[in-house]
Amino acid sequence: MSLRRAALVLGALLSHWRKRPLQLAMLLAGLMLATALWSGVQAINAEARASYATAASRLGTGALARLQPAPGSVLTTGDHVRLRRAGWLVSPVAEGQLRLGGARVSVMGIEPVTRLGLASAGGGVGETEELLRFITPPGLGYANAETAAALESADLGGLTIRLDPDAPANTLIVDIGIAQSLLRLEDRLTALILAEDQPVGLPPLTEAAPHLVRVEPGQGSTDPSALTRSFHLNLTAFALLSFIVGLFITQSAVGLAFEQRRPMLRTLRALGVARAEVMALMAAELAIAALVAGAAGIVLGWAMAAALMPGVAATLSGLYGAEVSGALALRPGWVASGLAMALAGTALAGARGLAQTARMPLLAAGQAAPWAEATARGLRRQALAAAVLIAGVPLCLAVGGLVAGFAALACGLLAAALLLPVALDAALRLAAKLARGVLTGWFVADTRQQLGGLSLALMALMLALAANIGVGTMVGSFRATFTGWLDQRLAAELYVTARTEPEAAAIRVWLGERADAVLPIWNAEAPLADQPGRVYGFIDHATYRESWPMLSAEPGVWERVAQGEAALVNEQLARRAELRLGDPLDLPGGPLPIAGIYSDYGNPNPQAMIGLDAFTARFPGAPRLYQAVRVPPEDAAGLAEAMRDEFDLPASAVVDQDRAKRVSLQIFDRTFAVTAALNVLTLAVAGIALLTGLLTLASIRLPQLAPVWAAGIPRARLARLDLARTLILALATAVYAVPVGLGLAWMLLTVINVEAFGWRLPMLVSPDLLARLGVAALLTALAAGSLPALRLARITPGKLLRVFADER
Amino acid sequence: MLRGVDLTVRRGESVAITGESGSGKSTLLHLIGGLDAADEGALTVLGTDLRTAPDRARAALRRDHVGMIFQQFNLIPSLTVAANLAFQARLAGRHDPARVRALAEELGLSPLMDRYPEQLSGGQQQRVAIGRALAGDPPLVLADEPTGNLDEATGDAVAQAMLALVRRRGSALVLVTHSLPLAGLCDRRVHLRAGRLT
Repeated sequence: MSLRRAALVLGALLSHWRKRPLQLAMLLAGLMLATALWSGVQAINAEARASYATAASRLGTGALARLQPAPGSVLTTGDHVRLRRAGWLVSPVAEGQLRLGGARVSVMGIEPVTRLGLASAGGGVGETEELLRFITPPGLGYANAETAAALESADLGGLTIRLDPDAPANTLIVDIGIAQSLLRLEDRLTALILAEDQPVGLPPLTEAAPHLVRVEPGQGSTDPSALTRSFHLNLTAFALLSFIVGLFITQSAVGLAFEQRRPMLRTLRALGVARAEVMALMAAELAIAALVAGAAGIVLGWAMAAALMPGVAATLSGLYGAEVSGALALRPGWVASGLAMALAGTALAGARGLAQTARMPLLAAGQAAPWAEATARGLRRQALAAAVLIAGVPLCLAVGGLVAGFAALACGLLAAALLLPVALDAALRLAAKLARGVLTGWFVADTRQQLGGLSLALMALMLALAANIGVGTMVGSFRATFTGWLDQRLAAELYVTARTEPEAAAIRVWLGERADAVLPIWNAEAPLADQPGRVYGFIDHATYRESWPMLSAEPGVWERVAQGEAALVNEQLARRAELRLGDPLDLPGGPLPIAGIYSDYGNPNPQAMIGLDAFTARFPGAPRLYQAVRVPPEDAAGLAEAMRDEFDLPASAVVDQDRAKRVSLQIFDRTFAVTAALNVLTLAVAGIALLTGLLTLASIRLPQLAPVWAAGIPRARLARLDLARTLILALATAVYAVPVGLGLAWMLLTVINVEAFGWRLPMLVSPDLLARLGVAALLTALAAGSLPALRLARITPGKLLRVFADER
Repeated sequence: MLRGVDLTVRRGESVAITGESGSGKSTLLHLIGGLDAADEGALTVLGTDLRTAPDRARAALRRDHVGMIFQQFNLIPSLTVAANLAFQARLAGRHDPARVRALAEELGLSPLMDRYPEQLSGGQQQRVAIGRALAGDPPLVLADEPTGNLDEATGDAVAQAMLALVRRRGSALVLVTHSLPLAGLCDRRVHLRAGRLT
């Protein structure tokens, strides 16, 4: 086909939209919103991954192996010097968190001279003069603008901060000595980074440093990309759901366009345009729409991601300790992914219409096939497809794993969506039997006829409502459980972190006369069931016996743990390693049987607790800085103040229970702020889908309305009946969405959360949430149904009469 | 449906096909236009064997050599009268604005060029369809009940205009109609009964 002819026919096809701008707007809006929600989440994920990668390459934690102290031992500057003298090419690292009021900044201490020998470690420091300033107190630090602003009011001992846009998010890079001072590590180090190529003939590490273990790249407990994978997968799953809901709009608009243009397509073919040419040009038309709406969607997604990014950054930092920049950079990856999804989604939405065009006989009757009739034929097929999908749910669950969990969820949701029109049709058939009065009978019959045309939009609304109910119930259950858990877990009134061990000892003595009890809580990193984890030592006290959030325990658990005869493990560890009560837990210094399993929400890592004496015996080098303090609640504030004055402690060293809970709940709420925003957007998209469906029907159902109008029902009454129909269908859809949404919540709580986080929560149904969503469904339907109803009320008699005219 | 039909139409000749409903008139016209395919027999239109020609070749024949006029007008509703008039000529690569203007003048459409089909009466729409069929100066014009949707007076006027234009251009015309007066205006009339020419 020549370009000239292609342009002519494409022009004719596109002219259809000039006469129907609203329909075009709906098509583009559907695609744009679908792309925006998808690409917005992809932008967030891409930014987070880039932050992890920047941190890994800038700090040398990604590509090179590290030497870390074995559980119970300590890595010091002396170890570094000894290994260097033995010929090992290593560079020391001192890492830690600097608390600044409620916020935290990561401090990364490096040794620039030895680091230069590690080709791929990065983190080098420039000119000689700058190098001298970097290593000489008060020192020079590097941070990005955001981190530098956060450090403005901090007491860093005169450290100068130089802005470095390439510095990892929320991280201050300083000389190793400065870091040890800021973090009060004395001469302790966190790790030694090993150069890739070492000289030959070195003494083996087992001899040179027997107390150090080699950790290969990506194996450590600090790899943020591994820790946050489930969080990003959750976001992606939600974005995909929103994308699918957006595609319902596109499918609806494209389907209508195909129906409306059947006569035009036949005319084009009768005038000499080949079937293949028509198909190719219609595909081109869809591709143009996809690219235009996709580009707009990417811009909208960008704006959405930019608005949500600070919240996500706070969540990732608070929940996983993963530092992500709150700003957003333009990355070609997600732009391409957004456009590809727009094209793929449009192809999917337009496939049915294109297939119908390919099969459309040239000489069939010119009238469009009734939309409702065509869809009604599909009800049986939909029920069959739903049955197949439902059968897939237990299969996916049997496979296990997070992806299979999401697949089971997708099967269940899709099956429920496919069954919605079947259920509504059955309800309407029943209503038809019960209907009394001619107008009621017509109303029910007409509603049944409209069902086919509205089913896609109603399915989109149902999915959006079910997602809202499911995620809302999950978050509500999580919050209620989390709040109760915090009350149990943060039972002590004050939590104190000393700067040094002598200071910690002095504080404990000082508190001995003033507090009801001082409960040391010391911890050390240790592999637990072959995973990086943390072991805590604690003393036996009524605080734990009365309030510790135990999920299951053997009799006499507290006595056995206090005597060093047993250990407690968190739920995550028990589930991941399939450990039960009585099973042995491998710990440095020998295994201990598990006597209790406790809930530990918000922590992605395995954790174990043992008696304090057993802990100090097994982990002699662990820092002994942290303790909980029991005092009458009314005395807590005064004691905290007195303690700060006595020991000249910074404000952040003493945290009261209220503040700890407040911060924890803030982190929790921020964690789900993104999900809540996506929920609202999905419901808005479903509203647009409903509007599209109603406008679609309004444009092709005049032949059904004209006879009723001619029989004496005024246009205004017809319009009111139309609006009532929309509201009734929306309400029925909301009722249908309740069990689907609760099923979704159950799956999220018992399958997805267990797979993603390692904990299981009780499900708490909130009647408030259900009532709010019912109202939201009605408001959405009211907003979507008003315009078509208004148009019907104002339609000219001439347009209705045209239905009866012999001449067109 | 059609049995033993043997029909040859020469350039410049107008032939009316009449017959009762279901006799096969429209089927014959659709076969000639390549809109439908015959199960057996031979069908050659302007040198193209339509029995074996693929969809693309039959489309090319209609586009380049055949003007089609339908009972339902089949205009493109989203294009103006001017764009509809020129559409097939432009498809065939033979668009001549002067000729389209002259045709519009002859068909009385000049004042309506910027309107859309839905803003026209049935007679006006059919005149646009006739203009569209003739704008590319095709050697063959096929008309399927062109006045079937019009009242008698309008139908007569449209038919007169169509025949005059076809004759002036020397195109062959095959016209399917129920109307004996309209058939009488053609050079030759054939009658179909139960799929056979009588």
